[in-house]
Amino acid sequence: MLNQNMRDIIRRAKSYGWVLEPEAKRLLSLGEIRVPDFRWTATLPEALAAAEDVGYPLVVKIVSPAIVHKSEVNGVAVGLEDADALTDVFRGFSKLEGFAGVLIEPLISGVELIIGAKIDYQFGPIILLGIGGTGVEIYQDIALRMAPLSDSDVSSMVESLKGAKLLRGYRGAEPIDMSALIRLVHHFSVLVMDLADHIDTIDLNPVKCTGTTCVVVDARIMLAEAAIPIESI
Amino acid sequence: MDFTPLFHPKTIAVLGVSLTNDRHPANVIYNKIHLRYPVKVYPVNPRGGQFQRDRVYADIADIPARIDLAVVAARAEFVPDILERCIKSDVGGAVIISGGFAESGRADLQERLVTLARTADFPFIGPNCLGIYAPTRFDTFFLPGERLVRPDPGPVAIVSQSGGVLVDQMVKFAEQGVGLSLAVSIGNKALIRELDMLAYLSEDPTTRVIAFYVEGFDKNEGRRFVQAAASVPKPIIVLKSGKSIEGRRAASSHTASLAGDHRVFSSVLAQHGIVEAENEFEMVSFCESLSCYRQKIQGRVGIITVSGGHGVLVTDICAARGLAVPQLSKDTRHKILENLSASVQGIASLENPVDLTGSARDDDFVAAANGLSQASEVDCVILLLLPYSPGISSDLGARLSHVFRREDKPLVAYVPHQEKYRMLIEGFELNNVPVSSSIDGAVLMIEALRRCRTC
Repeated sequence: MLNQNMRDIIRRAKSYGWVLEPEAKRLLSLGEIRVPDFRWTATLPEALAAAEDVGYPLVVKIVSPAIVHKSEVNGVAVGLEDADALTDVFRGFSKLEGFAGVLIEPLISGVELIIGAKIDYQFGPIILLGIGGTGVEIYQDIALRMAPLSDSDVSSMVESLKGAKLLRGYRGAEPIDMSALIRLVHHFSVLVMDLADHIDTIDLNPVKCTGTTCVVVDARIMLAEAAIPIESI
Repeated sequence: MDFTPLFHPKTIAVLGVSLTNDRHPANVIYNKIHLRYPVKVYPVNPRGGQFQRDRVYADIADIPARIDLAVVAARAEFVPDILERCIKSDVGGAVIISGGFAESGRADLQERLVTLARTADFPFIGPNCLGIYAPTRFDTFFLPGERLVRPDPGPVAIVSQSGGVLVDQMVKFAEQGVGLSLAVSIGNKALIRELDMLAYLSEDPTTRVIAFYVEGFDKNEGRRFVQAAASVPKPIIVLKSGKSIEGRRAASSHTASLAGDHRVFSSVLAQHGIVEAENEFEMVSFCESLSCYRQKIQGRVGIITVSGGHGVLVTDICAARGLAVPQLSKDTRHKILENLSASVQGIASLENPVDLTGSARDDDFVAAANGLSQASEVDCVILLLLPYSPGISSDLGARLSHVFRREDKPLVAYVPHQEKYRMLIEGFELNNVPVSSSIDGAVLMIEALRRCRTC
C-alpha cells in the first residue's frame, strides 16, 4: 500500500508526467530502498553548506521538470572536489531550462546494475534486472519477470544473467553483497505493484553494488499517460 | 457457462445450408457430419425445402429435437438474429464460422453477439473461425473430409487463433504420430478465449497436454493466463507469432527499450513453467514428448548411435541447448560392454555417445539402453536408429520401449520417417516412446521434459 507521503510525491509529479529525481529517491527510500545521502537545494549558499555536510567528492545534478534526460543537457557533474568547482557548476546549472535546484550527493562506486519496471500491456507490471554500463547497452544482459516476484524469481533472475560472475567477484574483485541486491529487488517489486496504476516505466540506472551495500544512484519514474484523476490518488 | 454441448454434442444444427450451392461452407459441414460422424445433424435455411433427401428447417425452432450445438455459417448481418433464435430455442451453444465482424471493421456486430451470449449464459466459439475438430466424434471445419489430414485420437489438445495454422499443425501431428484430443480454432475469440479453453481443457479427462497458438492477448489477459496456468496440472505449450512486431514508441527509458514485447512474453511464460515453442517444428516435438512422458529431468543425456557422425551431431545440438552429455562411469561402461555381442564388443566405443557401430544388432541396442537407463549419471536417453544398418530389425522399436517400461527413464528415438520403417516407428509410438524424424527433433523432445513445470 502507498502511504500518504508516497501519494503526495505522485500527486506533485502528475503535472510533469514524471517524478523529479530527488522526489523519486524519496519515494524509493519510503519503499525501503537504499539511495545516497542526497540534498536538494536551490541556492548557492545552501548548496555549499549541503556539500560540506555530504562531503567531497560530489555528484551534482540539475533538478528541472523540463529536463528528463539530464546528461543530454550536460546537467550532471561527477567528482567535484571543492567549493570552487561546485560554485561553477551551480551557476551553469541555474541557467538551464526550468531550474528547480540541484541535487547534491556523494560519489559512489561499485558494480553497476540496472533495475527497471514497466507496465506491459499483456502482462502488467514487469521487473527488469541487468548488468549496467556497457553490459546493458551492448550486450543487453538482462532478465525479465512478471511482478510480484517470489524469492526464487529473484534468485533465478540473478542466476540467468551472463554477467552473474561479475557480481560474484570475477578475477579477484570483491563479490557484491548478494543479499542486499536480493532485498533491493524484492522491495522494488513490492513498490512497483503498489505504483502499478500510476506508472509507465521506472529506471533505476545505475544501481551500484559493493561488498556491503546496493544503492540506487539514479532513478527515473515515468508516470502513466492515462493518469488516474489526481483527486483519487 | 457449460461447454459440454459445444464439445460433446449429440445433436447439431447447421445454419446457412444452401439449396443451390453445394460448395457452400455450411453444406460441406452438414455433409461431413451427416455422412461420417455418430451425431444427429439438421440443415437449416429460412427458405425451408429439401436438401438431398432431408427436410430443411426454416427455423431452428422447428427442429423436433433439442439442439446441443448450432454451427452458424450465414452472412454476418444475419448472425445476431440467428443467435437470438438459438438462445430462444434452448440450443446448448454455437460455433460461428462466419467472417465479417471485428476483423473487417464490424466490431459493433461482434459486440451484439457477445452481449446476447453473456446475458443468456450461452457459449459460442468464433466468429471468423473453423471451430471444433473432435477426432472420430464430429468437426465443424468447412474443409472437405478428403482434404483434411486427420491425426489419430490421443492426448494433445490444441487451441489456435488461426484456423490455417491449426489445420497445418494437424498435418504435422499426423506425420509425427501425435494424437489429438481436441482442436479448436477460436478465430476472433469474441467470447470464448484462451483462458476459457485453458480452464475447460484442464478438466477434460481425454486431454493430457494443452497447446496454444497465440497471436496476442488483451490488456492484462496474459497475466491472467499465466496465473491460471500455474494451477493446471498438465503441461502447457505456447507458440506465439508476431514476435518481430516490437513496441513502437520512442524509448523514453532503458527498461522500455530493453523489455520488448516478445522478450517479456518469453520471460513471463518461462517464469510460469509454460513451455514456449519457437516455431511449428518445436511445437510438434514438444507436444509429442510431453504426451508420452511426465518425468522431470535436469537434462543429462545418454546417447546411443551406430554412426560416429550422428553421435557428434547430436552432442553439438545438446550442447547448444545447454543439455549435458556426461561421461559414463566405469561401472556403466562395464555393464554395457559385458552384455554386447562378441562381434561388437571389440569395436564399440563406450564413451557417451555410445557408438555401437554398423555391426550392432537388436540385442546390442537393448544392452546399451538397459545400461544407460540404469546409470545414475544420465536422466534420459536419445537413441539414434539408422535402419539402413543390416543388424537392426523391425522389432527393435517395441523391444526398446520395454526398456522404458521397466526402468522408467525417458527414451527418445530418431528414425527417418519413411514408409518402409513404419513398423519400427510404430513399435516405439504405440508403446508411448516418442520418435522424431530428425536429430534436432529428438533433442527438442528432451528439452521439453526439462522445461516442463508439471513433469
